[in-house]
Amino acid sequence: MYEVIFYLTTAIAVIAVGAILVVRHPVHAALYLIISLLALALLFFLLGAPLLAALQVMLYAGAIMVLFLFLIMVMNLRPERGRPLPLPSGWGWPAFLALFLWLELLLLLSRSPSEVVSSTTEVEPKAVGSALFGPYLVVVEAAAVLLLAALVATLYLSRKERP
Amino acid sequence: MSFTQWLLTFIGLALVLLGLILIAALMVYGERRILALLQDRLGPNRAGPFGLLQPIADFIKLITKEDFVPPFADRMVYTIAPVIVPLTVLLSFAVVPMSNDWWLADLNIALLFVLALSSLRVYGIILGGWASNSKYPLFGGLRAAAQMISYELPMVLALMGVVMLSGSFSLVEIVAAQELPFIILQPLGFIIFLVCGIAETNRLPFDLPEAENELVSGYNTEYGGIRFVFFYLGEYMGMLLIAALITVLFLGGWHGPWLPGVVWFAVKTLALIFLFFWLRTSLPRLRYDQLMDFGWKLMLPAALINLLITAVFGLFWMEN
Repeated sequence: MYEVIFYLTTAIAVIAVGAILVVRHPVHAALYLIISLLALALLFFLLGAPLLAALQVMLYAGAIMVLFLFLIMVMNLRPERGRPLPLPSGWGWPAFLALFLWLELLLLLSRSPSEVVSSTTEVEPKAVGSALFGPYLVVVEAAAVLLLAALVATLYLSRKERP
Repeated sequence: MSFTQWLLTFIGLALVLLGLILIAALMVYGERRILALLQDRLGPNRAGPFGLLQPIADFIKLITKEDFVPPFADRMVYTIAPVIVPLTVLLSFAVVPMSNDWWLADLNIALLFVLALSSLRVYGIILGGWASNSKYPLFGGLRAAAQMISYELPMVLALMGVVMLSGSFSLVEIVAAQELPFIILQPLGFIIFLVCGIAETNRLPFDLPEAENELVSGYNTEYGGIRFVFFYLGEYMGMLLIAALITVLFLGGWHGPWLPGVVWFAVKTLALIFLFFWLRTSLPRLRYDQLMDFGWKLMLPAALINLLITAVFGLFWMEN
């Protein structure tokens, strides 16, 4: 039952990510990216991390991608014509690096079939919270300072010129 | 689960869905009658007793209209967009507890689930506006995107106070923790959530995505027939959801003397919906820059201060 859901979700994620490369219209590509993000959220949920799944939907699918769409709509991006695949010219190196990752994955999958984790433990939101504000407190504070710096920088860059 | 259990579950789900759609349709009727009352008119009173059959008459009229896709629209997105709005709202109702043993699902991340779905609801409106490929819907969609992102932040932050007090994301546990309704302990959080909730459902005074006198009808201008019904019912069900959430989170849900829990839940929710209708007749629409200023410069700092006060008080309370 869960395996069927898992494989179906994985298939949807892979197809959606593949479609981003092929689809011509930027808005359609953004929609496929949203679908793949939602599929990933479902995978997180299946792997026992409901908090992570909810945050993935809220932050990535629900906030960041809305801004993406907003930008595409404001800039009025239109599909390019006369090219079979709208691949940018610099796709060679990323594809090469991705190939390496894929080979590594194949190697790992063929090496250790016995060490595959078969059972999952559900991580409660409380456990995540006490981990973040316990052993990882310094990291959280560092991230907060970094975000504050980014905020100040954005405010400075987007200020109105005063005469 | 056995076959009969599955069957019963599905019948239950179908009944809940039909019930919610019917309630939304009756809300449209109720709004028209209440608006008429407050504006010294009669409102729709011809179809059936007191005009009660008006929503059904409207529905039949709308579904018998031609199913039309404008030739300049993006066909795929134009078709998907109106379905997203009611779908996400209906899914959210699964975790709303109506009485101490009446709910469909009790997730331990129920509150985040509702918020995640409400952030996905924006897509229906943005994509509907974009796919229509015409000026006014596009403006409506852009406004909706900016507005919903801006008001989601203070809304979530206002809810964190409630989560701190009850110590759980589960809506059932949040209601169970409210022997004293959280509106007394979190008055500021309640006001922020109410205002942001109205903004999230695009109701007056925050209905800029569909401001009739500037944008024709906003994001749904190019929609007609059954697709328009989806958008319209989605909006009213969204309002019902926000009212139910405020009831559950701040007004003590099913808690109340003498009457059974479901009745208390219904009374509180209906009172909030009446408040929404009332606001619509009483307040003028904000200007767009006022809307943004209000959200970012007043609501967000207020929500942060509320969070800070709750945290400090909670700390002392827990130590004693």
